[in-house]
Amino acid sequence: MAVATDPDLAIPAIAQPPKRVAAYGARAWKATWPKLLAIAIVIGGWQIEVWSGWKKQYVVPSPFTVLDALWHDPGTMLSASWVTLTHGGQGFLLSMLIGGAVGIAVARVPILRAAIGSIITGLQTMPSVAWVPLAIILFHEGPGTVTFVVVLGAAPSIANGIINGIDHVPPVLLRAGRVLGARGFGALRHVVIPAALPAVVGGLKQGWAFAWRSLMAAELIGSLGGRLGIGQLLNGAQVQDDYIGVFEAMIVILIIGILIDSLVFGTLDRAIRRRYGLIDAAAT
Amino acid sequence: MLLASDSIPQIGSEAAARPVVSVANVTKSFGTGSQRVVALEGVTLDVNRGEFVCLLGASGCGKSTLLNLVAGLDKPTSGRVDVHAERTGLMFQEAALFPWLTVRGNVEIALKLAGVPRAERRSRAAELLDMVHLGDFAKRRPHELSGGMRQRVALARALAQDADVLLMDEPFGALDAMTRDRLHDELEALWSSTGKTVIFVTHNVREAVRLGDCVVLLASRPGRVAAVYDVTIPRPRRIDSPEVATLAATITDQLREEVGRGRRD
Repeated sequence: MAVATDPDLAIPAIAQPPKRVAAYGARAWKATWPKLLAIAIVIGGWQIEVWSGWKKQYVVPSPFTVLDALWHDPGTMLSASWVTLTHGGQGFLLSMLIGGAVGIAVARVPILRAAIGSIITGLQTMPSVAWVPLAIILFHEGPGTVTFVVVLGAAPSIANGIINGIDHVPPVLLRAGRVLGARGFGALRHVVIPAALPAVVGGLKQGWAFAWRSLMAAELIGSLGGRLGIGQLLNGAQVQDDYIGVFEAMIVILIIGILIDSLVFGTLDRAIRRRYGLIDAAAT
Repeated sequence: MLLASDSIPQIGSEAAARPVVSVANVTKSFGTGSQRVVALEGVTLDVNRGEFVCLLGASGCGKSTLLNLVAGLDKPTSGRVDVHAERTGLMFQEAALFPWLTVRGNVEIALKLAGVPRAERRSRAAELLDMVHLGDFAKRRPHELSGGMRQRVALARALAQDADVLLMDEPFGALDAMTRDRLHDELEALWSSTGKTVIFVTHNVREAVRLGDCVVLLASRPGRVAAVYDVTIPRPRRIDSPEVATLAATITDQLREEVGRGRRD
């Protein structure tokens, strides 16, 4: 049977694979410009406040003063960002391991689900700052404090993402897997985990947001054994009445949070949803 | 298909003569007490090796339940289900392809789970996809395919299990008539070239007559065998041929009677 003459096969719904580089650039721009617009609106509002004279300029400096300071002396912020991201990254990796293992265990073992399923959600609602005193008691003012708080912040979201993903695997896929002979670990590996992946990535994305918040809470209060992170810079700037420094640190925190969310997790999320056919190809 | 009381035709060896699927006085109920629903009651049927049997009935007659029992996905409440085959392949109304795998990947995973060595999987998958006329679509993902093409992949995947018995649960029920006709032709050709035993569930009388060596009419509530029709119309058949239409009309009349009886109960 010639494929071209087969009416059933000649379905035009099959999109040609896009030219990758150009498409990536266009997509990146499409994802970026609304964010740039939002930033412009924030800076505009801030500048209007400065012009209104509600707070003295040495208390709330103009956005351009702050950006200028960032531009001319980015070294401190960059090295602090590196310190923070290193610790945050380590904490997040550990959260993925712990959250992943707990998530799979809770989703697959009914007793565990009854026992700790709701505790995980409870942990998610716990403000991360509330963990910091305990972390300091346990780990003193070392990097362990930050890791502890980050893991407690991120792991529940990651675990919940996995549990949700596994719970919502379409039964017909499980049945198909069983018919094909996937049982036990094979079913987990070949059917359940891949089917749950889009929700798992959603959990990672949310976990990152929690991790980043927890990281800041921990850095504002704890220390990293002498190395300065952005949180410590922010705290230090406030203590030393360096108001420009406060704004600089806050802007950097916001930018990093947004960049990682959209570039790492947003990209991953879109790639997976496209692969799974969860995005209308014509609409993106 | 033979009812238990029928004589078994001699096809040479003892093994060939033995029915490949034997359902003996099977009852299946769900729930208990006042909630108890009897899906199948006293169902007996034998299917010979290489036979194409269509199970026909209105919704709720336990067609799918019977298929699940033969597939080993469920156990009968009483009676026996014997399947003398290494494996049974099962195809559903939904293609149920894995969306994270390509078309080829979906076939290869079936080969992998059936224990086919890695080195053979690629070429075997290509063969199977050629068999269902999807050789050029190996790298596509399921969501890029039409419904008919997805069912073809599901068929290739079921064939990849190298099962002697292929169980099909309304596999073409969700397809348009033209695509369905084409898939009937392909399935018939595949069946006659591979010599597999097929048990095909449908509620479409013409489809059953078009495909089956025999049509087993199931009555509803509780599901039981109401009648068995041997279809002797020569192959290849056409769904719109007068012979198919005539037999389908006879069966439809009986089916109406059964449905009516079910309503009065």
